[in-house]
Amino acid sequence: MAETRIPTVVVDDVHIVYRVHGAAKDSSPLGALRRIASRGPSATVREVHAVKGVSFTAHEGEAVGLIGTNGSGKSTLLRAIAGLLPATKGAVYTKGQPSLLGVNAAMMADLSGERNVVLGCLAMGMPKGEVRAKTQEIIDFSGINERGDFSSLPMRTYSSGMGARLRFSIAAAKKHEVLLIDEALATGDAKFRKRSEDRVRELRAGAGTVFLVSHSLSSVRDTCDRTIWLESGVIRMDGPTDEVLAAYEEFSTAK
Amino acid sequence: MAEAVVTEPYPALAPAQLAAMHGLRAAGDRPGLREYVRSLWAYRHFIIAFANARNVATLTTARLGQLWHVLTPLTNAAVYYLIFGVILGTSSRIENFVAYLCCGIFIFGYTSAVASAGTVAITSNLNMIRALQFPRASLPLSVTITQFQQLLASMAVLIAIVLVTGEPPRLAWLTLIPLLFLQTVFSGGLALLLARLGSKIVDLKQIMPFVLRTWLYGSGVFYSLTTATDSMPTWASTLLHLNPMLVFIELAREALITTTPASHFSVSSMWAVAAGWALVMGAAGFLYFWRGEKEYGRG
Repeated sequence: MAETRIPTVVVDDVHIVYRVHGAAKDSSPLGALRRIASRGPSATVREVHAVKGVSFTAHEGEAVGLIGTNGSGKSTLLRAIAGLLPATKGAVYTKGQPSLLGVNAAMMADLSGERNVVLGCLAMGMPKGEVRAKTQEIIDFSGINERGDFSSLPMRTYSSGMGARLRFSIAAAKKHEVLLIDEALATGDAKFRKRSEDRVRELRAGAGTVFLVSHSLSSVRDTCDRTIWLESGVIRMDGPTDEVLAAYEEFSTAK
Repeated sequence: MAEAVVTEPYPALAPAQLAAMHGLRAAGDRPGLREYVRSLWAYRHFIIAFANARNVATLTTARLGQLWHVLTPLTNAAVYYLIFGVILGTSSRIENFVAYLCCGIFIFGYTSAVASAGTVAITSNLNMIRALQFPRASLPLSVTITQFQQLLASMAVLIAIVLVTGEPPRLAWLTLIPLLFLQTVFSGGLALLLARLGSKIVDLKQIMPFVLRTWLYGSGVFYSLTTATDSMPTWASTLLHLNPMLVFIELAREALITTTPASHFSVSSMWAVAAGWALVMGAAGFLYFWRGEKEYGRG
């Protein structure tokens, strides 16, 4: 059985230290001058050690949940898997190009939803013909047109839930070998959540691997069969969702 | 099934070997130069769509909307004409000063706008960079295309101004096509160069306006640099005349205006200088940007 499982993501002892600009404690002009004069290590830059030596292997057809308290390094780890944040130490190996789907993925607020769909699909590397064919399908899936013609309005007029739904729909339109979802399922109403969970299951069936970061334990329970619990940048537990969630819930209530 | 998830299925293999065995590639690796060019080509539709989108997005909240693409260069020309033509009276020494001035403003304005937008091409799109994987050079390149589209609007205005001020239509106008091509290659290279610099040196954004203004005053936009440098030693004057922006502007004037004052260089040597600048800046900018491909988005 082990031989038939094909790894899609191998994370090997990954450390991530990222630098934060404009995080100086003393933000006055005098403070800036003092830092330059004293030649302190990188004036306004502070370093955050977000992920500290994480290793695991994910396989084809797996849906992996990532849970942990706020600031435990879940989103950072996801970005590293997507190749968007280079690891400071260690390495991440992936099959194909993983796609990160986050609720704060950039969109152009001044443009209509429809134009954003086209732009987003092209940015994911979809060929032009396919984009044209899929645009309507994506808008229908997102359901933003359920209350009138919203897809031709600028995105700045959307509610945050509508924006998130459109973003999810765009990312889910492409078949990804590895799909990384950051909190997306937590947004949107119950109806859309159901639809997106179905879509995640579909993507998984297409021999992809899905990572899901969420604070909503129920959506992790519904979509993932394996869960990794991160705490302060270290893996605290890695195993079947039921066991990990039980331990996590115990940990959370004990605090 | 559940047990298999917990236990590592390949205990004997190191992670790197396991990855190699199944053909996985390291995330965030810098692609080879040829591969990079190929992926940029594959993303050409994105680059153009993004450029169009930016062009539309900047003016959606203005009441006059897309009309501003034409109004902005016109207003610009009017302001400079008021100051340098009417108040300071620079026009007395140059024939058809209005056309002379507008050539300078529009040609310089193109590269200048590319430079300032290129500086923030990476830093202002960090969200997008952190969310999607695409060749990062798409961003500075699409910034260049956005400005090129605006240049086309200014060129239409310029042609109208030139005709109104009494210049006859000539075949020489066609030399604008290779000229704008060379200038676009130069500006694209500059955008790539500044995009990487701007992502490393975050304060560059604050410095750029001063750099660009110095460049503007040194490029003979409102006056003839050749006349102004008459009293200088030849080497100093030659050095000042190698300024790529000056060369582009002078060549545009040669194309559009029949009474252009003679420049320091002959027209053919100016073409050589322009081509040289385009080649050097285009190649250097691209190589420099590509070498940093891995680090964009790190913050």
